[in-house]
Amino acid sequence: MSEFILEARDVHRAFGQTQALRGASVAVRRGEILSIMGPSGSGKSTLLHCLAGIYTPNQGEVWFDGTRVDTLGETKRTELRRDAFGFVFQFGQLVPELTALDNVALPLLLAKQPRRQAYAQAAPWLERLGLEEHGDHRSGELSGGQAQRVALARALVHKPRVLFADEPTGALDTLTGETVMNLLVTAAREEGTTVVLVTHDVRVAAYADREVVVRDGRAVTTPSSAVA
Amino acid sequence: MTVPLTLLGLLARGQPTHGYDLKRDYDSHFANGKPLPYGQVYSTLGRLARDGKVVGGEAEPGDGPDRKRYAITDLGRSEVMGWLSQTVEPEPHLQTVLFSKVVLALMLGEDAAGYLDAQRAAHLRRMRELTEIKRTGQTVDALLADYGLFHLEADLRWIELTSARLTALAQVVSDDQKQLGERQ
Ligand SMILES: Nc1ncnc2c1ncn2[C@@H]1O[C@H](COP(=O)(O)OP(=O)(O)OP(=O)(O)O)[C@@H](O)[C@H]1O
Ligand SMILES: [Mg+2]
Repeated sequence: MSEFILEARDVHRAFGQTQALRGASVAVRRGEILSIMGPSGSGKSTLLHCLAGIYTPNQGEVWFDGTRVDTLGETKRTELRRDAFGFVFQFGQLVPELTALDNVALPLLLAKQPRRQAYAQAAPWLERLGLEEHGDHRSGELSGGQAQRVALARALVHKPRVLFADEPTGALDTLTGETVMNLLVTAAREEGTTVVLVTHDVRVAAYADREVVVRDGRAVTTPSSAVA
Repeated sequence: MTVPLTLLGLLARGQPTHGYDLKRDYDSHFANGKPLPYGQVYSTLGRLARDGKVVGGEAEPGDGPDRKRYAITDLGRSEVMGWLSQTVEPEPHLQTVLFSKVVLALMLGEDAAGYLDAQRAAHLRRMRELTEIKRTGQTVDALLADYGLFHLEADLRWIELTSARLTALAQVVSDDQKQLGERQ
């Protein structure tokens, strides 16, 4: 078994004329919390989307736990994302008409779990993230920080192997962002979830075990990570 | 230096105090990982006594240096209060090490970008330690850690921006060097 659960090898990806990635390589260890940093437009989100099998690279390879992801068919990749990965983005992207609890249970319902079982599994997550009082609130009525916590619960409820987070605190103030990061790190450590965290905020990156800096579509492993 | 003022401040709480207890209080609140050596406690108290800011009481029976309790004087008290009411000079830290190193590296044709990368990594390493202290420690620890974190963050933003401007900066430095060469 490889030390790495997730790898991008020399990944290139263009959008029309824009070369977003030009040979990015990154390897994520099992259970590691890795931050991807770098200036705006450097290709961080594109790299995350390639690692998560959302975008397919034009060139290069993506591997997850011994499986080559970039050559999988669309159906297989969708399954992989649904079963093995969890996602949190800058804006929670909850379904505003549904309650917080519904939102958390949603991935389980979509995976065809029986209703009762899905809700039984979802409820403790609200408690874990300090949201027990908000379970029956419509998610459109939650504050930004509460919504991000619901999004985190939803991303973790099916016990993914890898959590992908793209600027998860980008829309929050410092203190609320810290609460969310604390919960994210604590939950990930408890569950042994590997985390890929895109952020341009160094205070957020400091929650990770290690950082990779993306510049002009290439990932630079910094000296500290070489030591780690 | 803040050690004498901090010790004075501890004495300003009221009770005459042994040097040993002062050290213990200092270490538990202000040391931030760097305990105060006994020698420094007694030499500082000695100087404060000489300057009339504290007075040592009668030597108590027993041995060892720690047989006196020290009390703050009115002069000492007004010094602490004056210090507390002053703001700290909001000085830019730019002139210091980071800036000098980058410019020198450019002048000497060394790898300034590599230096900045290494410095970013070192800063982040420290931020990671402080973040862990925050995550696992008490509120007081978190306050101290936050202070460090915000300062390191400011440095890091400067490091980022300087990295992005390195080509322009190198041009300026090399133009200056040329001008110097022509004058000589
Ligand atoms: N779906 C897309 N269509 C067209 N261009 C895209 C698309 N996604 C990314 N790009 C371009 O690719 C480059 C890298 O974008 P990416 O979103 O990966 O950057 P980023 O590092 O995440 O930036 P930010 O910090 O601003 O989020 C940019 O020039 C961007 O405009
Ligand atoms: Mg992005």
